[in-house]
Amino acid sequence: MASTIRVRAINSGDITEVQALIQHPMDSGYVKDAQGQTIPAHFIQQLTFEYDGKAVFVADWGPAVSKDPYVKFAFKGAKKGDDLKVSWVDNKGASDATTAKIQ
Amino acid sequence: MAPLDFSPLRRLILKGAGLAALTGLGQIGLGLPAAQAASDKYPEDAFKQKSDADAIKALYGRSADASEQIKLDAPEIAENGGVVPIAVITTLPGVTSISFLVSENPNALAASYVIPEGTVPSVANRLKMAKTSNVIAIVEANGKLYSATREVKVTVGGCGG
Repeated sequence: MASTIRVRAINSGDITEVQALIQHPMDSGYVKDAQGQTIPAHFIQQLTFEYDGKAVFVADWGPAVSKDPYVKFAFKGAKKGDDLKVSWVDNKGASDATTAKIQ
Repeated sequence: MAPLDFSPLRRLILKGAGLAALTGLGQIGLGLPAAQAASDKYPEDAFKQKSDADAIKALYGRSADASEQIKLDAPEIAENGGVVPIAVITTLPGVTSISFLVSENPNALAASYVIPEGTVPSVANRLKMAKTSNVIAIVEANGKLYSATREVKVTVGGCGG
């Protein structure tokens, strides 16, 4: 299965800018479907970015984060060609992970 | 005979996996009630609070002071409450976490980010907004709490799907 995570990490000088887009329904638990049934909450709770064995950015998310979430941040100390590990876990225990090369 | 033999085994394995997943969730749920945002634990309790003040208290254990050093970037009017681009950048030194709250959402806390040393204190994300509301950015820096607030007018709510 293709990864749910699309990540782009671009290094310039000391700063690496990271943008990530994840495929996930992020159901809030407040929305009803066409039959009037409440769609149960289903959302990513934690998204972690690791560089060199250390977390450089951790996102704790609630159901108010938009569907197919997007996030952007930047960190210092990485070089082009290094690995950036990205992983998430949702409230149903599902998870996914990928490793991106810093460009 | 073979399928009959295999299926209970399979069920047992599946059950075991399910149990393991549940145990994992339990551990997340058992995070300290007033857990610091800078910890690795998912702040489940803070995400359950209805009001912004309660959520900030559950997350950080205290309240925040408004700061001019936080720039909260949000649209004045959001046509689609389902996807509202919101970003924050701050010049405050020693930032350890940044959180976003939408006051009028069913649960005010939307997202909370851990900013370890070496990470730039700037985050952009997209949030859902049920209706016109204040958006609050909280920045934890050098053990103190700072905030910036902006009102975003929503023409179509984000909780209707």
